[in-house]
Amino acid sequence: MTSLVIAEHDNTTLKETTAKTVTAAIALGQPVHVLVAGQSCAGVAEAAAKLAGVEKVRVADDARYAKIVAETMETLILSLAEGYDALLAPATTNGKNVMPRIAAKLDVPQISEIIAVEGPDTFRRPIYAGNAIETLQAAPGKKVITVRTTTFKAAGEGGSAAIESVAAAPDPGLSKFVGEELSKSERPELTAARIVISGGRGMQSGENFHMLEKIADRLHAAVGASRAAVDAGFVPNDYQVGQTGKVVAPDLYIAVGISGAIQHLAGMKDSKVIAAINKDEEAPIFQIADYGLVADLFKAVPEMDEELAKLGY
Amino acid sequence: MIKVLVPVKRVIDYNVKVRVKADQSGVDLANVKMSMNPFDEIGVEEAVRLREKGKASEVIAVSIGPAQVSETLRTALAMGADRGILVKTDATVEPLAVAKILKAICEAEKPGLVICGKQAIDDDSNQTGQMLAALLGWPQATFAHKLELAEEKAQVEREIDGGLQTVEISLPAVVTTDLRLNEPRYASLPNIMKAKKKPIDEKTPADFGVDVTPRLRVLKVSEPEKRKAGVKVKTVAELLDKLKNEAGVI
Repeated sequence: MTSLVIAEHDNTTLKETTAKTVTAAIALGQPVHVLVAGQSCAGVAEAAAKLAGVEKVRVADDARYAKIVAETMETLILSLAEGYDALLAPATTNGKNVMPRIAAKLDVPQISEIIAVEGPDTFRRPIYAGNAIETLQAAPGKKVITVRTTTFKAAGEGGSAAIESVAAAPDPGLSKFVGEELSKSERPELTAARIVISGGRGMQSGENFHMLEKIADRLHAAVGASRAAVDAGFVPNDYQVGQTGKVVAPDLYIAVGISGAIQHLAGMKDSKVIAAINKDEEAPIFQIADYGLVADLFKAVPEMDEELAKLGY
Repeated sequence: MIKVLVPVKRVIDYNVKVRVKADQSGVDLANVKMSMNPFDEIGVEEAVRLREKGKASEVIAVSIGPAQVSETLRTALAMGADRGILVKTDATVEPLAVAKILKAICEAEKPGLVICGKQAIDDDSNQTGQMLAALLGWPQATFAHKLELAEEKAQVEREIDGGLQTVEISLPAVVTTDLRLNEPRYASLPNIMKAKKKPIDEKTPADFGVDVTPRLRVLKVSEPEKRKAGVKVKTVAELLDKLKNEAGVI
Protein backbone atom coordinates (compact mmCIF):
# COMPACT_ATOMS: atom_id res chain seq x y z
CA MET A 1 0.00 0.00 0.00
CA THR A 2 0.91 3.64 -0.20
CA SER A 3 1.21 6.74 1.98
CA LEU A 4 -0.27 10.10 1.09
CA VAL A 5 1.33 13.33 2.32
CA ILE A 6 -0.85 16.45 2.36
CA ALA A 7 1.31 19.29 1.05
CA GLU A 8 1.55 22.64 2.80
CA HIS A 9 1.99 25.60 0.47
CA ASP A 10 0.71 29.07 -0.42
CA ASN A 11 -0.01 28.29 -4.10
CA THR A 12 3.44 29.59 -4.99
CA THR A 13 5.95 27.93 -2.70
CA LEU A 14 6.02 24.43 -1.27
CA LYS A 15 6.74 24.72 2.45
CA GLU A 16 9.71 22.87 3.88
CA THR A 17 7.34 21.21 6.36
CA THR A 18 6.12 19.10 3.43
CA ALA A 19 9.63 17.84 2.62
CA LYS A 20 10.05 16.91 6.28
CA THR A 21 6.73 15.10 6.35
CA VAL A 22 7.81 13.17 3.26
CA THR A 23 10.83 11.95 5.24
CA ALA A 24 8.52 10.65 7.97
CA ALA A 25 6.33 9.01 5.30
CA ILE A 26 9.33 7.31 3.68
CA ALA A 27 10.19 5.84 7.09
CA LEU A 28 6.88 3.93 6.98
CA GLY A 29 8.49 1.87 4.23
CA GLN A 30 5.94 2.20 1.47
CA PRO A 31 5.59 4.35 -1.67
CA VAL A 32 4.83 8.02 -1.04
CA HIS A 33 2.37 10.21 -2.92
CA VAL A 34 1.85 13.92 -2.28
CA LEU A 35 -1.47 15.73 -2.55
CA VAL A 36 -1.33 19.39 -3.59
CA ALA A 37 -4.68 21.13 -3.25
CA GLY A 38 -4.72 24.75 -4.34
CA GLN A 39 -5.40 27.15 -7.16
CA SER A 40 -2.87 27.82 -9.92
CA CYS A 41 -0.43 25.73 -7.95
CA ALA A 42 1.43 23.97 -10.77
CA GLY A 43 4.76 25.30 -9.51
CA VAL A 44 4.10 23.78 -6.11
CA ALA A 45 3.29 20.42 -7.70
CA GLU A 46 6.54 20.55 -9.67
CA ALA A 47 8.50 21.29 -6.52
CA ALA A 48 6.82 18.33 -4.77
CA ALA A 49 7.63 16.08 -7.75
CA LYS A 50 11.32 16.88 -7.29
CA LEU A 51 11.42 15.65 -3.69
CA ALA A 52 13.49 12.50 -3.46
CA GLY A 53 11.37 9.47 -2.61
CA VAL A 54 8.05 10.83 -3.90
CA GLU A 55 6.47 8.51 -6.47
CA LYS A 56 3.47 10.54 -7.56
CA VAL A 57 2.06 14.02 -7.02
CA ARG A 58 -1.70 14.42 -7.22
CA VAL A 59 -2.97 17.91 -7.83
CA ALA A 60 -6.43 19.29 -7.17
CA ASP A 61 -6.27 22.69 -8.83
CA ASP A 62 -9.55 24.51 -8.31
CA ALA A 63 -10.85 27.87 -7.12
CA ARG A 64 -12.39 26.23 -4.05
CA TYR A 65 -8.88 25.35 -2.82
CA ALA A 66 -7.43 28.84 -3.26
CA LYS A 67 -7.85 29.27 0.49
CA ILE A 68 -8.31 26.03 2.29
CA VAL A 69 -10.97 25.48 4.92
CA ALA A 70 -11.13 22.19 6.80
CA GLU A 71 -14.52 21.15 5.44
CA THR A 72 -13.56 21.30 1.74
CA MET A 73 -10.23 19.64 2.43
CA GLU A 74 -12.04 16.84 4.26
CA THR A 75 -14.16 15.84 1.27
CA LEU A 76 -11.15 16.00 -1.06
CA ILE A 77 -8.90 13.83 1.10
CA LEU A 78 -11.70 11.36 1.78
CA SER A 79 -12.36 11.06 -1.96
CA LEU A 80 -8.77 9.78 -2.32
CA ALA A 81 -8.36 7.94 0.99
CA GLU A 82 -9.34 4.51 -0.25
CA GLY A 83 -6.08 4.00 -2.10
CA TYR A 84 -3.91 4.76 0.91
CA ASP A 85 -3.19 3.12 4.21
CA ALA A 86 -1.41 6.06 5.76
CA LEU A 87 -2.29 9.75 5.49
CA LEU A 88 0.22 12.24 6.84
CA ALA A 89 0.33 15.99 7.25
CA PRO A 90 2.75 18.32 9.00
CA ALA A 91 1.52 19.31 12.48
CA THR A 92 1.01 22.91 11.44
CA THR A 93 -2.21 24.79 12.17
CA ASN A 94 -3.49 23.52 8.78
CA GLY A 95 -2.58 19.91 9.44
CA LYS A 96 -3.99 20.04 12.95
CA ASN A 97 -7.18 21.60 11.62
CA VAL A 98 -7.92 19.04 8.93
CA MET A 99 -6.47 15.65 9.85
CA PRO A 100 -8.67 14.78 12.87
CA ARG A 101 -11.71 15.19 10.61
CA ILE A 102 -10.23 12.60 8.24
CA ALA A 103 -9.44 10.21 11.09
CA ALA A 104 -12.95 10.53 12.52
CA LYS A 105 -14.58 9.87 9.16
CA LEU A 106 -12.35 6.85 8.60
CA ASP A 107 -13.14 5.71 12.16
CA VAL A 108 -9.49 5.44 13.14
CA PRO A 109 -7.55 7.22 15.89
CA GLN A 110 -5.17 9.98 14.87
CA ILE A 111 -1.57 9.81 15.96
CA SER A 112 -0.62 13.43 16.63
CA GLU A 113 2.77 15.07 16.29
CA ILE A 114 5.03 12.05 15.89
CA ILE A 115 8.72 12.72 16.52
CA ALA A 116 10.00 9.31 15.38
CA VAL A 117 8.91 6.30 13.35
CA GLU A 118 10.00 3.16 15.20
CA GLY A 119 8.40 0.73 12.78
CA PRO A 120 5.58 0.64 10.23
CA ASP A 121 2.97 0.87 13.01
CA THR A 122 4.99 2.19 15.96
CA PHE A 123 5.61 5.83 16.70
CA ARG A 124 6.99 8.11 19.37
CA ARG A 125 5.26 11.34 20.33
CA PRO A 126 5.65 13.89 23.11
CA ILE A 127 2.97 14.25 25.78
CA TYR A 128 2.69 16.64 28.74
CA ALA A 129 4.45 19.42 26.84
CA GLY A 130 7.33 17.10 26.03
CA ASN A 131 7.94 16.11 29.64
CA ALA A 132 7.24 12.51 28.67
CA ILE A 133 7.54 10.59 25.42
CA GLU A 134 4.90 8.04 24.52
CA THR A 135 5.65 5.05 22.28
CA LEU A 136 2.43 4.00 20.53
CA GLN A 137 1.45 1.08 18.39
CA ALA A 138 -1.44 1.55 15.99
CA ALA A 139 -3.97 -1.18 15.27
CA PRO A 140 -4.06 -2.62 11.74
CA GLY A 141 -5.91 -0.42 9.29
CA LYS A 142 -5.50 3.09 8.01
CA LYS A 143 -3.27 5.46 9.90
CA VAL A 144 -3.80 9.18 10.16
CA ILE A 145 -0.69 10.94 11.37
CA THR A 146 0.53 14.48 11.95
CA VAL A 147 4.26 15.03 12.01
CA ARG A 148 6.27 17.33 14.25
CA THR A 149 8.53 18.51 11.48
CA THR A 150 11.35 19.82 13.67
CA THR A 151 12.57 16.28 14.29
CA PHE A 152 12.67 15.10 10.68
CA LYS A 153 15.19 16.19 8.05
CA ALA A 154 13.74 17.59 4.84
CA ALA A 155 13.71 15.15 1.93
CA GLY A 156 16.27 16.26 -0.61
CA GLU A 157 15.78 16.99 -4.28
CA GLY A 158 16.48 14.63 -7.15
CA GLY A 159 13.10 13.00 -7.54
CA SER A 160 11.06 13.06 -10.72
CA ALA A 161 7.59 11.98 -9.70
CA ALA A 162 4.69 11.83 -12.09
CA ILE A 163 2.14 14.62 -11.71
CA GLU A 164 -1.54 13.85 -12.23
CA SER A 165 -4.63 15.91 -11.63
CA VAL A 166 -7.48 14.78 -9.47
CA ALA A 167 -11.02 16.05 -9.52
CA ALA A 168 -12.15 18.59 -6.97
CA ALA A 169 -14.54 17.16 -4.37
CA PRO A 170 -17.92 18.65 -3.43
CA ASP A 171 -17.84 21.72 -1.20
CA PRO A 172 -20.16 20.94 1.73
CA GLY A 173 -20.92 24.67 1.91
CA LEU A 174 -20.65 24.81 5.70
CA SER A 175 -17.95 27.40 5.98
CA LYS A 176 -16.16 30.03 4.02
CA PHE A 177 -12.87 31.83 4.11
CA VAL A 178 -13.39 35.52 4.87
CA GLY A 179 -9.90 36.92 5.12
CA GLU A 180 -6.52 36.73 6.75
CA GLU A 181 -4.00 39.00 8.33
CA LEU A 182 -0.54 37.56 7.97
CA SER A 183 2.41 39.03 9.81
CA LYS A 184 4.66 40.63 7.27
CA SER A 185 8.29 40.18 7.93
CA GLU A 186 11.47 40.19 5.93
CA ARG A 187 12.91 37.78 8.46
CA PRO A 188 12.76 34.01 8.07
CA GLU A 189 9.75 32.12 9.44
CA LEU A 190 10.10 31.04 13.05
CA THR A 191 9.81 27.33 12.34
CA ALA A 192 12.21 27.44 9.39
CA ALA A 193 14.88 29.82 10.71
CA ARG A 194 18.40 28.59 11.40
CA ILE A 195 18.70 31.05 14.28
CA VAL A 196 15.91 32.20 16.59
CA ILE A 197 16.17 34.99 19.17
CA SER A 198 13.28 35.09 21.63
CA GLY A 199 12.27 37.50 24.34
CA GLY A 200 10.33 36.87 27.51
CA ARG A 201 8.62 38.84 30.22
CA GLY A 202 12.01 40.38 31.04
CA MET A 203 11.76 42.45 27.85
CA GLN A 204 9.24 44.65 29.71
CA SER A 205 7.58 46.08 26.58
CA GLY A 206 6.90 45.52 22.91
CA GLU A 207 9.13 48.49 22.08
CA ASN A 208 12.08 46.72 23.60
CA PHE A 209 11.67 43.86 21.13
CA HIS A 210 13.28 46.20 18.57
CA MET A 211 16.57 45.44 20.31
CA LEU A 212 16.08 41.77 19.45
CA GLU A 213 15.03 42.61 15.90
CA LYS A 214 18.32 44.43 15.35
CA ILE A 215 20.23 41.32 16.41
CA ALA A 216 17.92 39.16 14.31
CA ASP A 217 18.65 41.24 11.22
CA ARG A 218 22.38 40.87 11.73
CA LEU A 219 22.14 37.09 12.11
CA HIS A 220 19.29 36.44 9.62
CA ALA A 221 17.33 35.12 12.55
CA ALA A 222 13.63 34.92 13.34
CA VAL A 223 12.20 36.62 16.43
CA GLY A 224 10.16 34.59 18.90
CA ALA A 225 8.68 35.09 22.33
CA SER A 226 7.60 33.23 25.42
CA ARG A 227 3.92 32.94 26.30
CA ALA A 228 4.49 35.42 29.12
CA ALA A 229 5.63 38.05 26.61
CA VAL A 230 2.64 37.33 24.38
CA ASP A 231 0.19 37.40 27.29
CA ALA A 232 1.66 40.72 28.39
CA GLY A 233 0.81 42.07 24.93
CA PHE A 234 4.42 42.77 23.90
CA VAL A 235 4.15 40.83 20.61
CA PRO A 236 1.45 38.98 18.64
CA ASN A 237 0.66 35.35 19.36
CA ASP A 238 2.30 34.04 16.21
CA TYR A 239 5.64 34.82 17.89
CA GLN A 240 4.90 32.33 20.64
CA VAL A 241 7.29 29.41 21.13
CA GLY A 242 6.16 26.68 23.49
CA GLN A 243 3.59 24.01 24.27
CA THR A 244 0.72 26.19 23.14
CA GLY A 245 2.63 27.98 20.40
CA LYS A 246 5.19 26.89 17.87
CA VAL A 247 7.82 24.22 18.24
CA VAL A 248 11.21 25.22 16.88
CA ALA A 249 14.54 23.44 16.63
CA PRO A 250 17.01 25.87 15.07
CA ASP A 251 20.80 25.54 15.08
CA LEU A 252 20.92 28.37 17.60
CA TYR A 253 18.22 29.56 20.01
CA ILE A 254 18.96 32.71 21.97
CA ALA A 255 16.62 33.17 24.95
CA VAL A 256 16.59 36.71 26.29
CA GLY A 257 14.82 37.54 29.53
CA ILE A 258 13.09 34.15 29.49
CA SER A 259 13.03 32.29 32.78
CA GLY A 260 12.41 28.90 31.16
CA ALA A 261 8.99 27.60 32.24
CA ILE A 262 8.49 23.96 31.19
CA GLN A 263 5.84 25.09 28.70
CA HIS A 264 8.40 27.28 26.94
CA LEU A 265 11.13 24.64 27.04
CA ALA A 266 8.67 22.28 25.30
CA GLY A 267 8.87 24.50 22.25
CA MET A 268 12.63 24.94 21.94
CA LYS A 269 14.60 22.33 23.85
CA ASP A 270 15.46 20.38 20.70
CA SER A 271 17.47 23.34 19.40
CA LYS A 272 21.04 22.36 18.59
CA VAL A 273 22.63 25.11 20.65
CA ILE A 274 20.87 27.21 23.28
CA ALA A 275 22.22 30.50 24.60
CA ALA A 276 20.46 32.33 27.43
CA ILE A 277 20.74 35.84 28.79
CA ASN A 278 18.99 36.44 32.09
CA LYS A 279 19.78 38.52 35.13
CA ASP A 280 18.52 35.81 37.51
CA GLU A 281 21.25 33.21 37.80
CA GLU A 282 18.74 30.75 39.27
CA ALA A 283 16.50 30.93 36.18
CA PRO A 284 15.65 27.39 34.98
CA ILE A 285 16.67 28.32 31.43
CA PHE A 286 20.30 28.02 32.57
CA GLN A 287 19.77 24.33 33.37
CA ILE A 288 19.39 23.57 29.67
CA ALA A 289 21.41 26.35 28.05
CA ASP A 290 24.75 25.47 26.47
CA TYR A 291 25.94 29.01 27.07
CA GLY A 292 24.53 31.14 29.85
CA LEU A 293 25.20 34.80 30.48
CA VAL A 294 23.97 36.23 33.77
CA ALA A 295 23.45 39.86 32.85
CA ASP A 296 20.96 42.67 32.56
CA LEU A 297 19.54 42.24 29.08
CA PHE A 298 19.19 46.00 28.64
CA LYS A 299 22.99 46.21 28.80
CA ALA A 300 23.85 42.88 27.20
CA VAL A 301 21.65 43.08 24.10
CA PRO A 302 22.85 46.51 22.89
CA GLU A 303 26.39 45.36 23.63
CA MET A 304 25.79 42.24 21.55
CA ASP A 305 24.58 44.46 18.72
CA GLU A 306 27.80 46.48 18.87
CA GLU A 307 30.02 43.42 19.10
CA LEU A 308 28.28 41.79 16.15
CA ALA A 309 28.78 44.98 14.14
CA LYS A 310 32.48 44.89 15.02
CA LEU A 311 32.67 41.28 13.89
CA GLY A 312 31.17 42.29 10.56
CA TYR A 313 27.66 40.83 10.90
CA MET B 1 -31.60 31.12 21.31
CA ILE B 2 -29.03 28.38 21.15
CA LYS B 3 -27.73 26.07 23.83
CA VAL B 4 -23.97 25.87 24.18
CA LEU B 5 -22.22 22.64 25.10
CA VAL B 6 -18.76 22.81 26.68
CA PRO B 7 -16.75 19.62 27.14
CA VAL B 8 -14.28 19.92 30.04
CA LYS B 9 -11.37 17.60 30.83
CA ARG B 10 -9.73 16.92 34.17
CA VAL B 11 -5.95 17.01 33.72
CA ILE B 12 -2.78 17.38 35.77
CA ASP B 13 -2.57 20.99 36.91
CA TYR B 14 -0.65 23.31 34.61
CA ASN B 15 1.99 23.98 37.27
CA VAL B 16 2.76 20.40 38.27
CA LYS B 17 6.08 18.92 37.19
CA VAL B 18 5.17 15.66 35.50
CA ARG B 19 7.02 12.49 36.53
CA VAL B 20 7.29 9.37 34.43
CA LYS B 21 6.69 6.14 36.39
CA ALA B 22 9.73 3.92 36.90
CA ASP B 23 8.06 0.99 35.09
CA GLN B 24 7.41 3.27 32.06
CA SER B 25 3.69 2.48 32.14
CA GLY B 26 2.67 6.13 32.23
CA VAL B 27 3.07 9.27 34.29
CA ASP B 28 2.56 9.35 38.03
CA LEU B 29 -0.91 10.68 38.83
CA ALA B 30 -0.95 9.66 42.50
CA ASN B 31 -1.43 12.61 44.87
CA VAL B 32 -0.99 15.09 42.06
CA LYS B 33 -3.08 18.24 41.88
CA MET B 34 -5.67 17.99 39.10
CA SER B 35 -7.49 20.91 37.46
CA MET B 36 -9.67 21.74 34.50
CA ASN B 37 -7.74 21.81 31.23
CA PRO B 38 -6.88 25.52 30.77
CA PHE B 39 -8.23 25.64 27.19
CA ASP B 40 -11.54 24.20 28.43
CA GLU B 41 -11.75 26.95 31.06
CA ILE B 42 -11.56 29.42 28.19
CA GLY B 43 -14.39 27.48 26.53
CA VAL B 44 -16.58 27.68 29.64
CA GLU B 45 -15.86 31.39 29.97
CA GLU B 46 -16.79 32.07 26.35
CA ALA B 47 -20.02 30.08 26.67
CA VAL B 48 -21.03 31.85 29.89
CA ARG B 49 -20.33 35.24 28.30
CA LEU B 50 -22.59 34.32 25.36
CA ARG B 51 -25.39 33.54 27.79
CA GLU B 52 -24.74 36.74 29.74
CA LYS B 53 -24.95 38.72 26.50
CA GLY B 54 -28.29 37.08 25.73
CA LYS B 55 -26.93 35.10 22.80
CA ALA B 56 -27.27 31.67 24.39
CA SER B 57 -30.05 30.25 26.50
CA GLU B 58 -28.17 27.60 28.44
CA VAL B 59 -24.62 26.37 29.03
CA ILE B 60 -24.17 22.64 29.51
CA ALA B 61 -20.83 21.29 30.72
CA VAL B 62 -19.84 17.70 29.94
CA SER B 63 -16.98 15.71 31.40
CA ILE B 64 -15.89 12.14 30.76
CA GLY B 65 -13.79 10.14 33.19
CA PRO B 66 -13.68 8.68 36.71
CA ALA B 67 -15.98 9.84 39.54
CA GLN B 68 -13.58 12.72 40.35
CA VAL B 69 -14.40 14.51 37.10
CA SER B 70 -17.51 15.69 38.94
CA GLU B 71 -15.14 18.19 40.65
CA THR B 72 -14.19 19.55 37.22
CA LEU B 73 -17.87 19.84 36.36
CA ARG B 74 -18.49 21.70 39.63
CA THR B 75 -15.77 24.16 38.64
CA ALA B 76 -17.56 24.75 35.33
CA LEU B 77 -20.86 25.19 37.16
CA ALA B 78 -19.24 27.64 39.58
CA MET B 79 -17.96 29.64 36.62
CA GLY B 80 -21.54 29.90 35.40
CA ALA B 81 -22.51 26.78 33.45
CA ASP B 82 -26.15 25.86 34.13
CA ARG B 83 -25.95 22.10 34.40
CA GLY B 84 -23.56 19.22 33.96
CA ILE B 85 -23.40 15.82 32.33
CA LEU B 86 -20.96 13.35 33.85
CA VAL B 87 -20.05 10.36 31.67
CA LYS B 88 -18.44 8.00 34.10
CA THR B 89 -15.70 5.59 33.08
CA ASP B 90 -12.39 4.48 34.53
CA ALA B 91 -11.02 3.59 31.11
CA THR B 92 -8.56 5.73 29.18
CA VAL B 93 -10.81 7.36 26.62
CA GLU B 94 -9.12 8.31 23.35
CA PRO B 95 -10.19 11.47 21.50
CA LEU B 96 -12.19 9.53 18.89
CA ALA B 97 -14.27 7.83 21.59
CA VAL B 98 -14.72 11.18 23.37
CA ALA B 99 -15.97 12.65 20.09
CA LYS B 100 -18.42 9.75 19.67
CA ILE B 101 -19.84 10.27 23.16
CA LEU B 102 -20.12 14.01 22.57
CA LYS B 103 -21.83 13.36 19.24
CA ALA B 104 -24.50 11.29 20.99
CA ILE B 105 -24.96 14.05 23.59
CA CYS B 106 -25.26 16.66 20.82
CA GLU B 107 -27.94 14.58 19.12
CA ALA B 108 -29.92 14.51 22.36
CA GLU B 109 -29.31 18.10 23.52
CA LYS B 110 -29.23 19.81 20.10
CA PRO B 111 -26.82 22.63 21.01
CA GLY B 112 -26.21 25.37 18.44
CA LEU B 113 -22.58 25.56 19.39
CA VAL B 114 -19.98 23.32 21.03
CA ILE B 115 -16.92 25.07 22.44
CA CYS B 116 -13.96 22.73 23.09
CA GLY B 117 -10.44 23.51 24.24
CA LYS B 118 -8.06 23.26 21.28
CA GLN B 119 -5.97 20.67 23.08
CA ALA B 120 -5.68 19.06 26.48
CA ILE B 121 -2.39 19.73 28.20
CA ASP B 122 -1.94 16.06 29.15
CA ASP B 123 -1.93 14.16 25.86
CA ASP B 124 -1.55 17.30 23.68
CA SER B 125 -3.61 15.56 20.96
CA ASN B 126 -5.55 18.52 19.53
CA GLN B 127 -8.21 16.28 17.94
CA THR B 128 -11.52 16.09 19.79
CA GLY B 129 -13.27 19.22 18.48
CA GLN B 130 -12.38 18.52 14.87
CA MET B 131 -13.42 14.87 15.20
CA LEU B 132 -16.74 15.85 16.76
CA ALA B 133 -17.43 18.34 13.96
CA ALA B 134 -16.66 15.71 11.31
CA LEU B 135 -18.83 13.03 12.95
CA LEU B 136 -21.75 15.46 13.15
CA GLY B 137 -21.12 16.83 9.64
CA TRP B 138 -20.79 20.30 11.17
CA PRO B 139 -18.35 23.08 10.31
CA GLN B 140 -15.58 23.99 12.68
CA ALA B 141 -13.46 26.96 13.63
CA THR B 142 -10.40 25.81 15.49
CA PHE B 143 -7.91 27.89 17.52
CA ALA B 144 -10.43 30.71 17.98
CA HIS B 145 -9.12 34.13 18.89
CA LYS B 146 -12.41 35.98 18.55
CA LEU B 147 -15.95 34.66 18.19
CA GLU B 148 -18.90 36.66 16.93
CA LEU B 149 -22.26 34.97 16.92
CA ALA B 150 -25.03 36.05 14.54
CA GLU B 151 -28.29 34.42 13.47
CA GLU B 152 -27.51 30.89 12.33
CA LYS B 153 -23.87 31.68 11.69
CA ALA B 154 -20.69 32.75 13.39
CA GLN B 155 -17.63 34.67 12.32
CA VAL B 156 -14.45 33.44 13.94
CA GLU B 157 -10.95 34.83 13.91
CA ARG B 158 -8.50 31.94 14.10
CA GLU B 159 -4.87 31.83 15.18
CA ILE B 160 -2.90 30.32 12.29
CA ASP B 161 0.83 29.85 11.83
CA GLY B 162 1.50 33.15 10.04
CA GLY B 163 -1.07 35.34 11.79
CA LEU B 164 -4.87 35.40 11.89
CA GLN B 165 -7.54 33.99 9.60
CA THR B 166 -11.24 34.77 9.60
CA VAL B 167 -13.83 32.17 8.64
CA GLU B 168 -17.58 32.22 8.58
CA ILE B 169 -19.32 29.06 9.68
CA SER B 170 -22.97 28.09 9.67
CA LEU B 171 -24.52 26.90 12.93
CA PRO B 172 -24.59 24.39 14.52
CA ALA B 173 -20.80 24.29 14.69
CA VAL B 174 -17.81 23.36 16.79
CA VAL B 175 -15.37 26.03 17.92
CA THR B 176 -12.07 25.25 19.67
CA THR B 177 -10.42 27.84 21.87
CA ASP B 178 -6.99 29.39 21.72
CA LEU B 179 -5.38 31.28 24.58
CA ARG B 180 -6.36 34.77 23.59
CA LEU B 181 -10.09 34.19 23.18
CA ASN B 182 -10.74 35.48 26.69
CA GLU B 183 -9.43 35.45 30.23
CA PRO B 184 -11.45 33.00 32.31
CA ARG B 185 -12.97 34.31 35.53
CA TYR B 186 -12.31 32.93 38.97
CA ALA B 187 -15.38 31.41 40.53
CA SER B 188 -16.53 33.45 43.53
CA LEU B 189 -17.32 31.73 46.81
CA PRO B 190 -21.09 32.38 46.52
CA ASN B 191 -21.00 30.92 43.01
CA ILE B 192 -19.08 27.89 44.25
CA MET B 193 -21.80 27.37 46.88
CA LYS B 194 -24.54 27.85 44.28
CA ALA B 195 -22.82 25.38 41.93
CA LYS B 196 -23.32 22.63 44.50
CA LYS B 197 -27.04 22.81 43.90
CA LYS B 198 -26.88 22.77 40.12
CA PRO B 199 -27.89 19.45 38.56
CA ILE B 200 -25.39 16.92 37.22
CA ASP B 201 -26.80 14.10 35.13
CA GLU B 202 -24.82 10.88 35.43
CA LYS B 203 -24.29 8.60 32.43
CA THR B 204 -21.88 5.94 31.17
CA PRO B 205 -20.36 5.47 27.70
CA ALA B 206 -22.63 2.42 27.29
CA ASP B 207 -25.70 4.69 27.60
CA PHE B 208 -24.56 6.23 24.31
CA GLY B 209 -23.59 2.89 22.75
CA VAL B 210 -19.94 3.93 22.54
CA ASP B 211 -17.14 1.40 22.95
CA VAL B 212 -14.28 3.23 24.65
CA THR B 213 -11.69 0.46 24.32
CA PRO B 214 -8.41 2.17 23.32
CA ARG B 215 -7.41 1.62 19.71
CA LEU B 216 -3.80 2.63 20.19
CA ARG B 217 -1.48 0.56 22.34
CA VAL B 218 0.86 2.51 24.59
CA LEU B 219 4.04 0.41 24.59
CA LYS B 220 5.85 2.69 27.00
CA VAL B 221 6.11 6.18 28.38
CA SER B 222 9.66 7.37 28.88
CA GLU B 223 11.61 10.39 30.04
CA PRO B 224 12.66 12.76 27.29
CA GLU B 225 16.37 13.03 26.64
CA LYS B 226 17.77 15.52 29.07
CA ARG B 227 19.87 18.44 27.98
CA LYS B 228 22.86 19.07 30.14
CA ALA B 229 23.52 22.53 31.43
CA GLY B 230 26.48 24.03 29.63
CA VAL B 231 28.84 26.71 30.75
CA LYS B 232 28.36 30.20 32.08
CA VAL B 233 30.14 32.91 30.18
CA LYS B 234 31.15 36.22 31.73
CA THR B 235 30.76 38.69 28.90
CA VAL B 236 28.85 39.26 25.68
CA ALA B 237 32.16 39.08 23.76
CA GLU B 238 32.90 35.68 25.27
CA LEU B 239 29.38 34.47 24.40
CA LEU B 240 29.78 35.51 20.76
CA ASP B 241 33.24 33.96 20.62
CA LYS B 242 31.84 30.62 21.85
CA LEU B 243 28.91 30.77 19.44
CA LYS B 244 31.22 31.54 16.54
CA ASN B 245 34.33 29.51 17.24
CA GLU B 246 33.24 26.67 19.54
CA ALA B 247 29.67 25.93 18.42
CA GLY B 248 30.03 27.32 14.90
CA VAL B 249 26.42 28.49 14.78
CA ILE B 250 26.87 32.16 13.85
